[in-house]
Amino acid sequence: MTSAPAAHAMTQEKPVASVPGQHPAANPPPATSSDTPPKVEVQDLNVYFRRNHAIRHVSLKVQPRTVMAVIGPSGCGKSTFVRALNRMHDLVPGARVEGKVYVDGKDLYSKTVDPVLLRRRVGMVFQRPNPFPTMSIYENVAAGLTLNGIGGNHDEIVEHCLRQAALWDEVKDRLKHAGTSLSGGQQQRLCIARALAVEPEVLLCDEPASALDPIATAKIEELIHELKEKYTIIIVTHSMQQAARVSDNTAFFYLGELIEIGPTAQIFTNPRERRTEDYVTGKFG
Amino acid sequence: MNFHSSFRYRKFVDRGMAAVCAIFFALAFVPLTSVLWLVISKGGAGLSWDFFTQLPKPVGEAGGGIGNALVGTLYMVGLACVLGLPLGVGAGIYLAEKGDGTLGNTVRFVAEVLSGVPSIVIGIVAYALVVIPMGHFSALAGGVALAILMIPTVAITTEELVRLVPGALREASLALGVPNWKTSLRVVIRTAMSGIVTACLLAVARAAGETAPLIFTALNNQYWNVDPRAPTASLTVAIYNYAISPYDDWHAKAWTASLVLLIVVGLLNIASRVLTRNRLKGAR
Repeated sequence: MTSAPAAHAMTQEKPVASVPGQHPAANPPPATSSDTPPKVEVQDLNVYFRRNHAIRHVSLKVQPRTVMAVIGPSGCGKSTFVRALNRMHDLVPGARVEGKVYVDGKDLYSKTVDPVLLRRRVGMVFQRPNPFPTMSIYENVAAGLTLNGIGGNHDEIVEHCLRQAALWDEVKDRLKHAGTSLSGGQQQRLCIARALAVEPEVLLCDEPASALDPIATAKIEELIHELKEKYTIIIVTHSMQQAARVSDNTAFFYLGELIEIGPTAQIFTNPRERRTEDYVTGKFG
Repeated sequence: MNFHSSFRYRKFVDRGMAAVCAIFFALAFVPLTSVLWLVISKGGAGLSWDFFTQLPKPVGEAGGGIGNALVGTLYMVGLACVLGLPLGVGAGIYLAEKGDGTLGNTVRFVAEVLSGVPSIVIGIVAYALVVIPMGHFSALAGGVALAILMIPTVAITTEELVRLVPGALREASLALGVPNWKTSLRVVIRTAMSGIVTACLLAVARAAGETAPLIFTALNNQYWNVDPRAPTASLTVAIYNYAISPYDDWHAKAWTASLVLLIVVGLLNIASRVLTRNRLKGAR
């Protein structure tokens, strides 16, 4: 990293960033904009599935109340990366995670962190809507509370979360109906409401709109835009238009490596890396 | 071939195949209905309130029923449920959730072998396990035999049903910060529950229809009995005894007892459907 990066860009030229064992502080990625401490900071993250080195030496920062989009061609490790941020790989046999992930300065992978409690702070919305089929709409939203034995006024929380997910008006008269009776787009917003009910601070969205039609997609995007006021959001997307529409910063992954990260406008108009440019202009991917 | 002739050809093949299916359906349907018809026509005449509530009467005496055998069957099937269902369902859940190691593979293999063992072999095992140590036939021995019969099939179906629950539901629950064990219990198993209940009731229905494991475990009894240590009558053994007897009125009783058994099994099947109906509106 010879030339000083522009004030707004967090560029990492791979050879430097990928030196294993290097103390992260020796080569800190420049902050995106201000001096506020990052909500999420990833340092030299590696994920292995048995011998397959799926994520290679990724380091980045996400500022609070911003949306970061993760883009890249299929199989580049986008999903693997975000799943490492709430320790979903713990349950996959043969998966191994190395490196550090800090949320509010606390390392998620330190031995003292309980992955169960962590996941209440780092929520997740999945690619396919997955409401619990045995539960009603109401029970689905309240699931995180009832299953965890969290008390409080569930009626109020359910309404609040459904309103936040822009679903309340559509379902308020049939809260006792099955969650699976909703349309695909509604189910996905139901899943977002369910994730919000446990009051996470960070919301991971793994291609939340890829199974939805354009209208439902637009609603989800609008929603992400609104949720930004309260939450830090990391969204994996296949659609570069979507990344451009919803995100403040964009990270481009390729073959398990973070190629480039920066403000979304810069990634799409003036990328530093040749591979980023090729991808965003549609030369591959 | 132009469009219309190929269209007509496809239509022809479609109709032809539909007809073939209908013929095979009829072929399968005839024996099924004829069994039902035969049992109803031959056994229906003997059906009365007394038949359900009275003790059997000696040959030549009119009246009498199989009340003790009906109670005996329900009693021993109940015992088998208490002994077998928790073990079977528990083993199935274990196999689905943790059963990928050597122990799991062993348990699965044993369950598969056991589910293919003829029921009379299970009867002999129960005879050696319970009847010989106790020194006499008993309802308990019958219940144990039926339980051994139920465990492997219940375990195998439970495993399959739990494995059918999409991994996405497990992930959704974990992502809400729900601990692993609670996710298994309250999301994964709850989703599979309606299927597990059906599997259990089908196993119960099958156990209720077994004769071989009961002949040399519970034997028979001419009187009412709910003592687990005493020999006990059952519908199936009663049918067997009545059917092999040389008396016409006992043959008639065998038909009526068969009808009662069919009704019991039918009710269990209906119950499984009612119990597993989704209570939520608009559920698919």
